[in-house]
Amino acid sequence: MNKEKLFESFEIFITFFRIGAFTLGGGYAMLPLMEKEVVENKKWIDRQEILDMFAIIQSVPGIIAVKSSVFIGFKKAGIRGAFFAGLGVILPSFLVILLIAHLLLSLRDNTYIQKVFAGVRAGVTALILVTAIRFAKSALKGYISILIAILSFILIVFLNIHPIFTILAGGILGFIGYMKYR
Amino acid sequence: MINFTLFKVFFMIGLFSFGGGYAIISIIRAEMESYGWISSTEFADIIAISQMTPGPISVNTATYVGMNTSGILGAIIATLSISLPSFIIMLIIAHYFVQFKESKVIKWILKGIRPVTIGLIFSAVVLLAETSILKPNSQLGFSLSTITSQFDIKSTIVFALVFISYLKFKLHPILVVVFSALIGLIIL
Repeated sequence: MNKEKLFESFEIFITFFRIGAFTLGGGYAMLPLMEKEVVENKKWIDRQEILDMFAIIQSVPGIIAVKSSVFIGFKKAGIRGAFFAGLGVILPSFLVILLIAHLLLSLRDNTYIQKVFAGVRAGVTALILVTAIRFAKSALKGYISILIAILSFILIVFLNIHPIFTILAGGILGFIGYMKYR
Repeated sequence: MINFTLFKVFFMIGLFSFGGGYAIISIIRAEMESYGWISSTEFADIIAISQMTPGPISVNTATYVGMNTSGILGAIIATLSISLPSFIIMLIIAHYFVQFKESKVIKWILKGIRPVTIGLIFSAVVLLAETSILKPNSQLGFSLSTITSQFDIKSTIVFALVFISYLKFKLHPILVVVFSALIGLIIL
């Protein structure tokens, strides 16, 4: 890799490292910062394309953060760009968890810490429930979707079916729909 | 051997990660149950920590489980493995972007998968509830008295408080977590 490419790779890495470091809580929260950095500042992709990208990445499996970084990195500098973008975006969380895990393990005997965690577990349960309800409201249109959602829930929670099977089943159902209604 | 298993498992999880973090939790949980790499409570704790740290929940979980199981090397393997499918898939997509965008088959397949992911997210709620507000060894029975007796009162109060305030006030998740921590200290 010559000097120019090295510098470019570093620039890509740092940009996505920043994005990864300042996004707390997960995938979608990353998007505003990504837009600011990559569309406005660096101009590596324009707004229309990034919107199209966001739509598409929801259609494929994977981690939103990685998917979007890899796409933009690839656009900027091919596979090399994709690699450094992806690496940059996951490194902050990787490092933080590595450090915290050690701390956690040593603090778990403390009563106060236990109470804090018990509280946070209850709180996060509520958080996810609210999220689930909001998602359900916007994504479930029509009786068939509602039925599929409920069925998946029952299969996973009560019948202990592995979620991967429900996803496959959903995909197959979708495909059947395509065959029927195209 | 364990490292290869870590790679295999997390690669597969990455491959089926539809629906975002909370849906993926459900899949990770199922795999963790098979391998016993992490306890339910630990799993719930890492989800909680994930709300306050940078990075996606799924990656954080992979890093933690990897580290717990096989040290720093395990953490690296798990993290890279769960990310690899995304990397490969997006390289392919970047290439065939337009065709993918217009594909009717894909649109229909997603129509089928989307409601499933909603079910997955709700199942994640139950998973978490089992470690947070339900008593240990709960049975999800069908009569009202069976159900209500399974809840740990104090934690459920925390849950209810957070639920109502998050619903009403739309606070940032980090604040919600801090709030939960404080109530936890006070009430529990």
